[in-house]
Amino acid sequence: MTNHWVDIKNADLVLIMGGNAAEAHPCGFKWVTEAKAHNKARLIVVDPRFNRSASVADVYAPIRAGTDIAFLGGVINYLLANDKIQRDYVIHYTDASFIVREDFAFNEGLYSGYDPDNRSYDKTSWEYEIGGDGFAHVDPTLAHPRCVLNLMKQHYSRYTPEMVERVCGTPKEKFQQICEMIGSTATPTRAMTIMYALGWTQHSVGSQMIRCGAMVQLLLGNIGVSGGGMNALRGHSNIQGLTDLGLLSNTLPGYISLPFDREQDYDKYVAMRAYRPLRPNQMSYWQNFSKFFVSLQKAWWGDAATAENHWAYDYLPKFDKLYDMLQVFDMMEHGEMNGYLAQGFNPLAAAPNKAKMTAALSKLKFLVIMDPLVTETSEFWRNYGVHNDVDSSKIQTEVIRLPVTCFAEEDGALVNSGRWLQWHWKGGEPPGEARTDIEIMAELFNRLRKLYQTEGGAFPDPIVNLSWPYIRPNKPTPEELAKEYSGRALTELVDPKNPTNVVRKRGEQLAGFGELRDDGSTASGCWIFCGAWGPAGNLMARRDNSDPTGIGQTLNWAWSWPANRRVLYNRASCDANGKPFNPERMLIAWNGKQWIGADTPDFKVDDDPTAGVGPFIMNQEGVARFFARGHMTEGPFPEHYEPFESPLGYNPLSRNEPRAVSNPAARIFKADREALGNVAQFPHVATTYRLTEHFHYWTKHVRLNAITQPEQFVEIGAALADELGIAAGDRVRVSSNRGHIEAVAVVTKRIRALNIDGKTVHTVGIPIHWGFTGLARPGYLANTLTPFVGDGNSQTPEFKAFLVKVEKIADASPASGQKT
Amino acid sequence: MSDMTRRQFLAITGSGLAGSSLALLGFSPGPALAEVREFKLSRATETRNTCPYCSVSCGLLMYSHGDRSKNATASIFHIEGDPDHPVNRGTLCPKGAALIDFIHSPSRLTHPEYRAPGSDRWQRISWDEALERVARLMKQDRDANFIARNAAGQTVNRWLTTGMLAASASSNEAGYITHKVIRSLGVLAFDNQARV
Ligand code: SF4
Repeated sequence: MTNHWVDIKNADLVLIMGGNAAEAHPCGFKWVTEAKAHNKARLIVVDPRFNRSASVADVYAPIRAGTDIAFLGGVINYLLANDKIQRDYVIHYTDASFIVREDFAFNEGLYSGYDPDNRSYDKTSWEYEIGGDGFAHVDPTLAHPRCVLNLMKQHYSRYTPEMVERVCGTPKEKFQQICEMIGSTATPTRAMTIMYALGWTQHSVGSQMIRCGAMVQLLLGNIGVSGGGMNALRGHSNIQGLTDLGLLSNTLPGYISLPFDREQDYDKYVAMRAYRPLRPNQMSYWQNFSKFFVSLQKAWWGDAATAENHWAYDYLPKFDKLYDMLQVFDMMEHGEMNGYLAQGFNPLAAAPNKAKMTAALSKLKFLVIMDPLVTETSEFWRNYGVHNDVDSSKIQTEVIRLPVTCFAEEDGALVNSGRWLQWHWKGGEPPGEARTDIEIMAELFNRLRKLYQTEGGAFPDPIVNLSWPYIRPNKPTPEELAKEYSGRALTELVDPKNPTNVVRKRGEQLAGFGELRDDGSTASGCWIFCGAWGPAGNLMARRDNSDPTGIGQTLNWAWSWPANRRVLYNRASCDANGKPFNPERMLIAWNGKQWIGADTPDFKVDDDPTAGVGPFIMNQEGVARFFARGHMTEGPFPEHYEPFESPLGYNPLSRNEPRAVSNPAARIFKADREALGNVAQFPHVATTYRLTEHFHYWTKHVRLNAITQPEQFVEIGAALADELGIAAGDRVRVSSNRGHIEAVAVVTKRIRALNIDGKTVHTVGIPIHWGFTGLARPGYLANTLTPFVGDGNSQTPEFKAFLVKVEKIADASPASGQKT
Repeated sequence: MSDMTRRQFLAITGSGLAGSSLALLGFSPGPALAEVREFKLSRATETRNTCPYCSVSCGLLMYSHGDRSKNATASIFHIEGDPDHPVNRGTLCPKGAALIDFIHSPSRLTHPEYRAPGSDRWQRISWDEALERVARLMKQDRDANFIARNAAGQTVNRWLTTGMLAASASSNEAGYITHKVIRSLGVLAFDNQARV
């Protein structure tokens, strides 16, 4: 979230699309009802299902799963064609006026530089025109035909209301009504918030859907303001924190990327990431990259990280290609992986195509499970009748399962969707011999280290030299670790301008990332968390819920990254002179000497606004980007591509280009492409979703939840039910080209048939929560059906749009193998 | 202080770090607190926590028997929303409201187990056996397959044949140490739930 849960109450308009907050994030959705009740806000819901968020919306519009870019592109077209944009904001705070290179082109769904053999782009032409001084050319009059705004106008002029209706199935009048409501927030005193979740991320074009939403918000001046923002409603309680801490194949803590093979030279590695400003006077905060990186290396390798060895640069692995989850499971299926550790993660259920996952796990030599619960992954080798029909004797994988504590049995911090780091406390003892993840990882490491110390082995240096300053080496405390990722001074720090002035004593905790240095005198394991445990102690444990301004900014409740800032880009809530666009909901303002207000300014606190430093201080441009340059895999502007399993089989927006039916740069392997089904065999669009009574595959282990939603079902619309002769309560078989599930049919009017380019398309809803372990009735893992295809940027699998066939099962008795 | 509300009462008794019993505070509850349930909770230890499910991260109050003295085993018997929490203000959804059954689920794992190749069952093992075995398997695989240099002779120091998926409901501290350990081994096949 650029903003946070409570701030939603300040919205004038709420758009929920690609999410269903009322059911999946109920206590956060409360702030939408607060906005409706006390701020006269209106709510728009766009979703394939008339879900419970929709049931309290002012306007609901149906949409075909996977076509959100067509819808949002249509909104952009409406805003630009009708001049419903916040002009001041767009001109000063975005790259609308930047001029793009002459060789950049877009034709029939493909951008310049496409390499069909590698399914990727040469992105050289996706760049601004750069002058001899290193700065981008701009045209503040917006007259230049190749300025970003004009290219955008041209690009989205194809997204007419008629095209939106053809692609999305959303009636034109509904679409028009929604455009007008959204356009009403182009005034400086009205704000719209966008709330989205996995309904946007789990597509082969998920990242671009989100980007497209952000572009709508930038045109309206809704980013950085109270009641606005792009608000990702994250799924798990600490998925935000784990991402911040860089637990992804190619990243380090704090959004630092690992080096590629070609980056053998440390200085060049740093230079590539210390982005230089693209316009005069811009802050381009990543110029401080070396301070973040060196402080991380000092936290990890202590005295072994020296200036001479480039801060242990070679201790880090370099990557030749991305080893994301899809890549790794594909390698596993091909017998290229030997070992795997699953910590609180159930990939047999969470990754796509269960059959492929079973085959992959069966090829491993060893699998280690760390979990509080009996996950399906931990028992993938065990026969559970029709729900997991495997032959144990043929699976040679050695499995070791370790019991882990749950939230109530440990201290520590989680990062919520609004980026608040909140500390929690242990209230009970774990069952049996369960241990914390920290203890397990620590003891495992100490055993490995000992083996390397005594026996030697492959490149032992980063292992034997890893900094391990914990008082009890097998039981580091959460406090020790939190202090380490926050950061401290390794030597006495003096003010460079006045060396007699000691800023930090040796060993003292640092107050923020502004104090980090690149000479080895500071250590911080995650620079964006720097200050969470500062000189004054653990700020994450703060519990003062006072809100002095009344706009929901509880700055002394816990701590949020970065720098306890609650609304990102809040400098953009003020005009060029530092006056709030909307004085009623002021976040910050310039008082002539400094920035003051209800939030930590996202700006240098004493920087005069008239000096012309842009509000998006992390960007090289100093402003927000409509034109993504080379930062996205499939193009600088979001373009509609069909889901990989499309009910049309063609892309109405680029009818004549077969390579642009689906995302030309998405993650897909050859064998998985062959496993795709087509509309002739599988005529219905399926989309997976979540129920308010269940959380993923955990709560089927929880008695109360297993009682409230005991049995697997699929949801089909009344029209499809009639067509197939299915009554509510009948058992049905739903199949895709990868497998089938059987479940009870729930027939509703919530899912309507859609008219897509002249053809009737039905949608089938598939709740995901069942499996073969737990207290609820056994069921099929929903990913039995889903395709092994991922987004081009995040590699997130396409769980939200694929093709299935639904059939009534003649024999109505429960499927064999059910242990009810 | 005799007519304070229940919320004020709990705010005072629960310091956040650990609760204290009424006797420790040295006064008896006022009439507003004279309900059976209140007394039951007031004898318990109150601990602040956060719902581990979705990222609304609702504040929780957990009540346990046992006063945290040495040798007393704390067992949680009730969980409710934290009324002081600025986001959830005491509310919980059907998931958070059932958390007590997650903690005490019969599916909770209680001891390390081992499944041999080709076997159809678990056998119980000790922590010592389990961790020694995992460390040995990892070392064998790393030593056999570590890539110090690629075909072009560039230093790459990576280990590709073992991978890990990290928990996205575990704490920052668990995530941080997991990352530190795994990256020191040179692992690249490393992800968390954010990919899904
Ligand atoms: S109680 Fe419900 S809304 Fe609150 S964090 Fe838990 S799952 Fe999310």
